[in-house]
Amino acid sequence: VQASGYSALTAATAIVEGSFGGTYPISQTLAAAIPLATIALGTAIAFRVQLWNIGGEGQFYMGAFGATAVELIGGPAGWPAIVLLPTMLAAGFAAGAAWALAPAWLRAWHGVNEIITTLMLNYVAVLWVNYLVYGPWKDPAGRNFPFSPRFPDSASLSRIGEGQLHVGLFVPIVAALVLVLALSRTRWGYELRVVGESAEAARYAGINVRSTMLSAMLVSGGMAGIAGMVHVAGIIHLLNGMLSNNYGYTAIIIAWLARLHPLAVLVVSVLFGALVNGGYAVSQEGIPQALGVVLQGMILFFVLGVGDLFTRYRLRIVNTAAPAPSPLATSS
Amino acid sequence: VTGELVIAICLAAIASGTSILLPALGEAITERSGVQNLGVEGMMLMGALFGYIVDIQTHNIVLAFVAAMFAALVLAAVHAFLSITLRANQIVSGLAVTLFGSGLTAFIGKPFVGAQAPVVLSKVPIPGLSQIPVVGPILFTQDLVVYATFILVPLLWYFVYRTRPGLNLRAIGESPATADAMGVGVISRRYLYTIAGGALAGAGGAYLSLGYTPTWVEGMTAGRGWIAVGLVVFGTWDPLRVMAGAYLFGFVDGFQLRVQGLGSTIPSFFLNMLPYLFTVIVVSLSSGERLQRQLGIPRSLGLPYWREERT
Repeated sequence: VQASGYSALTAATAIVEGSFGGTYPISQTLAAAIPLATIALGTAIAFRVQLWNIGGEGQFYMGAFGATAVELIGGPAGWPAIVLLPTMLAAGFAAGAAWALAPAWLRAWHGVNEIITTLMLNYVAVLWVNYLVYGPWKDPAGRNFPFSPRFPDSASLSRIGEGQLHVGLFVPIVAALVLVLALSRTRWGYELRVVGESAEAARYAGINVRSTMLSAMLVSGGMAGIAGMVHVAGIIHLLNGMLSNNYGYTAIIIAWLARLHPLAVLVVSVLFGALVNGGYAVSQEGIPQALGVVLQGMILFFVLGVGDLFTRYRLRIVNTAAPAPSPLATSS
Repeated sequence: VTGELVIAICLAAIASGTSILLPALGEAITERSGVQNLGVEGMMLMGALFGYIVDIQTHNIVLAFVAAMFAALVLAAVHAFLSITLRANQIVSGLAVTLFGSGLTAFIGKPFVGAQAPVVLSKVPIPGLSQIPVVGPILFTQDLVVYATFILVPLLWYFVYRTRPGLNLRAIGESPATADAMGVGVISRRYLYTIAGGALAGAGGAYLSLGYTPTWVEGMTAGRGWIAVGLVVFGTWDPLRVMAGAYLFGFVDGFQLRVQGLGSTIPSFFLNMLPYLFTVIVVSLSSGERLQRQLGIPRSLGLPYWREERT
């Protein structure tokens, strides 16, 4: 920041005050953390089995699309919120998971690089949503803006307090708790762990590696889909082609910084929510917002350099004690 | 009329394909050395922006390309340091390069958005050859960068498969420990090829902002860096096949642009999806782990090497 000619102190103060100074900024920070945390929880699940799902962005858009599709049927038909919102949530999950299905299948059954396929589908998803909001789903009363009609109250999550914070806050919290339990207490969680350590070992242990990979990928895409639903129902109350402020990509950083642990994802997401939110405050100080993205990249560089060094040295000590190092553990 | 259309599409195919070909060649040699750099998209953006800025400041296109390659190479060096020396996870480090590159270029490039580049690549017909019907206007009425790739691709192929340093390059990607035992410096070469790959990605970016669409727009690569990574898989790390893949991609891209230009009733959103879907299909068809092993995936791709941890 300093190098770009702005006062680092001004920027830092603006970020902190804009993010945590008072109830309104705190609620804005938490609101910004909701989509990040929800996607990152899913990303972490895929990463745990060494599946590099970087399609969170597209799965997020598809989740928003699925939820809006349900809203367009249920809203005018007058479904009550108690029916409409859960259906939208389910549709968001399904659409996000569906978007991860082809890459998952190609990877697990045919060994196709999932990084490329999930990433390419991001662009396709964004184009698809843009097609809808510029075409068939455009609000006839919207003065030709590329937006879907505004959601009725029955399709909106209620607000908490003054700012943008809404009850969708509980989605990532509940999901994180469920995932923690699922990972530590269920057969599925155990299988994920074994496949993540070594697919070879998992095969010998009689685990169906392919279906484990598939399920991890579907949950991962589904979480991003849920995030898309929560975002349209909680924040913008309509569908448009600019839903995401790079949420899917930021979620990758978050998942990695959180060392793929669901509860840590929540904490890191709040910090990044502050960064996103503080980014707005910084731009009010005359410093452009894109600097927030630069900062995120630099944080990741730093953590990669320093953080991975620490893990490795810890692993090395373990390795000298037990001279059978797992190649996967040391390479990560 | 159809003849003219075919020529127009082929011209667009080579122009669009070249912007993918340069980064794909770079990534091919980087991956041959055992380093996977998923930062191509970010490095291309750095090249596109810095080439464009230097072009505006100096009106010197050669200097602009040099600056573009240098800007991208700096990012590649960061990736090399993280993944080779610090042995960080290469996938995440590459993603960090892409995120950092797109953020930084969006930030620095803000004042420049939309302005026309003053000095752009121009078509230089080769006397004689450009008169050949069909082939002449397609292959020999191109800009200098395209001609440079015509020379670079066979040279790289020869280098990789027929020379001693090329053999060493393949060795450090296949079995770094063996190469090391033979006295081939693994670390220094991995640095070299990662940085060289970055320079080529930068050139590809500058080809976009100074040739293909001579302007700067935030995120103007629109996934081309990622497509390049995909085409390396399709091209099985072989410069000639990578070139074929890049032109095939260019053909799809040129075709969809033409169809849009002719005022088709198909919504442009669907036509714009074609290059991405094409990449998914092409990468899927050429994948499969056994197939990849036969075709020559570098066996140590993505694995850091450290002499003390040799097994």
